[in-house]
Amino acid sequence: MCLAIPARIITLHDQQMATVDIGGVQREVSLALVDAGENDYVIVHVGIAISKLDEDEALKRLALFAELEETQGESPE
Amino acid sequence: MSRRLDIEHGVVDLSFGAGGVASAQLTREVFAPQFSNPILDRMEDGAVIDMPPGRLVVSTDSHVISPIFFPAGDIGSLAIHGSVNDVSMMGATPLHMSVGFIIEEGVSFSMLKRIATSMGAAVRDAGVSIVAADTKVVKKGEADQLYITSTCIGVVPETIQIGADRAREGDSVIVSGFIGDHGAAVLASRESLGLKGDLKSDSQSLNDLVAAMLACGVEIHCMRDPTRGGLATSLNELATSSGVGIEIEEQAIPVREGVRAVSELLGLDSLYFACEGRLVAICPAESADALLACMQRHPKGEHAAIIGKVTGRRDMPLILHSAFGGSRIVSILTGDQMPRIC
Amino acid sequence: MKYIDEYRDSRVIRSLLRQISREATGESYRLMEFCGGHTHAFYRYGLIPLLPGSVEMVHGPGCPVCVLPISRIDAAVALAAKAGVIFCSYGDMLRVPGSDSRSLLKAKADGADVRMIYSPLDAVKIAEQNRDAQVVFFAVGFETTAPATALALKLAKQRNVENFQVFCNHVLTPPAMQAILDPSDDGGLGNISAIDGIVGPGHVSAIIGSSAYAFVAEKSQIPLVISGFEPVDLLESVLGLVRQINEGRAEIENQYTRVVKDEGNREAIRLMDEVFELRGSFEWRGFGMLADSAQKLAPAYAAFDAEQKFQVSYPEAVDHKACRCADVLRGLIQPEQCSVFGKACIPENPLGACMVSSEGACAAAYSYGGLVEAGS
Repeated sequence: MCLAIPARIITLHDQQMATVDIGGVQREVSLALVDAGENDYVIVHVGIAISKLDEDEALKRLALFAELEETQGESPE
Repeated sequence: MSRRLDIEHGVVDLSFGAGGVASAQLTREVFAPQFSNPILDRMEDGAVIDMPPGRLVVSTDSHVISPIFFPAGDIGSLAIHGSVNDVSMMGATPLHMSVGFIIEEGVSFSMLKRIATSMGAAVRDAGVSIVAADTKVVKKGEADQLYITSTCIGVVPETIQIGADRAREGDSVIVSGFIGDHGAAVLASRESLGLKGDLKSDSQSLNDLVAAMLACGVEIHCMRDPTRGGLATSLNELATSSGVGIEIEEQAIPVREGVRAVSELLGLDSLYFACEGRLVAICPAESADALLACMQRHPKGEHAAIIGKVTGRRDMPLILHSAFGGSRIVSILTGDQMPRIC
Repeated sequence: MKYIDEYRDSRVIRSLLRQISREATGESYRLMEFCGGHTHAFYRYGLIPLLPGSVEMVHGPGCPVCVLPISRIDAAVALAAKAGVIFCSYGDMLRVPGSDSRSLLKAKADGADVRMIYSPLDAVKIAEQNRDAQVVFFAVGFETTAPATALALKLAKQRNVENFQVFCNHVLTPPAMQAILDPSDDGGLGNISAIDGIVGPGHVSAIIGSSAYAFVAEKSQIPLVISGFEPVDLLESVLGLVRQINEGRAEIENQYTRVVKDEGNREAIRLMDEVFELRGSFEWRGFGMLADSAQKLAPAYAAFDAEQKFQVSYPEAVDHKACRCADVLRGLIQPEQCSVFGKACIPENPLGACMVSSEGACAAAYSYGGLVEAGS
């Protein structure tokens, strides 16, 4: 558990529903459990957004990986 | 003679399958106009055909799919493309087809006409002709709307020897384009899953692509069109028939973003998504580049790619390598993939 | 796809693998990935053979399909078979065998109206569209999935969808983790596997927060790193555990910071508190009865409780004689050590849930793992 993937909110609807997009495929999901708006990324599980993706955190961590590579130097594969 | 059928509003009832005047009328007014050709138009009990020289190749398939209509296709066009492709995979030229329809009582004439029209278009596109057709009607509940059985016959010259058992260690594995389009499109169109997207089935005839591949003079060992069970199942089958192993590179396999999205969303593996208009070809490694170039020149092979190679590891029919060096076995599909939550 | 592909970057993965090799110099690191989704990911990306020999991944019980006892599957099948019932279930449950290999899929073949759905909200819709049927939703899952059931119930209550019922089988992560770690809490089962660190469930943690695992470090003195599901996440988490073990630390670390917050999802927790209450005890395959480990509908939602409405009973049911799911779930044996693995028990003919659930350790090992054994 549990299969959930990041999707971008493209349209907000009433009753706390929204259309999200992942790779050009769209679905209606409930935003009742998160505080998110258009263009935010949410983690979607069984038609519900369970978390808003913290893009700043994501970028920070991705930068850390780049650093890790540098400290290791160019190693032969 | 009875009134003409009310194609727009009427529905099929049991009298149309009884073999009498009514069923001849069904064939004549709904199907035959779309399939018209000199042999069929004779409406004989049996079609007499003059076959060109070569060995006869026959393939038959029954189609019991649901939904009947899907983005960019339907059960009828699927049946035509599927049988044409099966014959083509032997390196044969498909020529003639026969089709049988089992129709559930209550199905509308307009739906049948829509399917017949799409079959007619598929037949003309593939350059084959339907020389025999039959319809039967069954009671409500005895069939799921419409089942189609299609048979295709073609000829293959003595000089072409293509078969599932002919893959050899060192051969290259080529796929003709994006995999999993059909499977993903059907999933995305299932109302119960609530997905919306632009995904279309790849259902198409491949005999023209195959003809171009044969014409470029490269020795081809195996060809297969991955349908149910997807690329993974076809490669497993070829490897097992040939007593070899196949290894493919994940990065090399062409997959559309939307197909990937469907697979990620539902927790499914796109390697198992059905294709209905793609082929996999196995050829000697030294000819792979030439065969690839030949395929890419054809509109139906535009996105062809070399995806892997044949090894001697017959104990591991199919292995997938990821870009970072991770590897896993890809087994044959057992049952249907179920969308999962975990 | 954004925020997925970046975490599958080959170069980063290779860097992390190199780093793990450099730092995992101790004799043995037995790490349990608790969550079935993580088990599936380790196998799917072929990560296990790439880890150094000193690191062993022990598979945990975080597969809500696998831990459901046979008696509850039988109850689900019985509900589905009732006249006038539309039984809605996630795909994962459809092929799980109960007693005599009966499953929801087989019940469907026998004429039961069993429908696969993607979201519990869809089941509420089905109930609204089929007022003359009783729509029963088979609610399974850990804390990631329970909020969705809670939302569906709240919606059904608001809209007066009286023919919507939930057959609730939601289970909780901390009690199961406790049972793995603390022999005295195991209900006398004994023989709990010894592990050095835990890869913590990512999406459960998005709901319950990292603070929910404080007991792990306090009671058992082993580190826990909450992990995302992509290969980069998993490897970063393994590296984090290796480091903590090397340094003799036992802390709760959050690798999945882009999704998991310390306090979790407050609204989800509040909603679950409103809609559910704790069961005194619940039977888990592999663990027997665990106290305070599962949820049932709160009295305010009694009208939607399938167990009450249909007076569901649970006649004693036994696992297949040869089935060792219980031992696999507790991390005592690897799937390959079960005598029927890959022989009598295969995905087409599963003897136990671990082989049929897509994230069951046995299914993952069978479908993907041949290379692990062959040592390639």
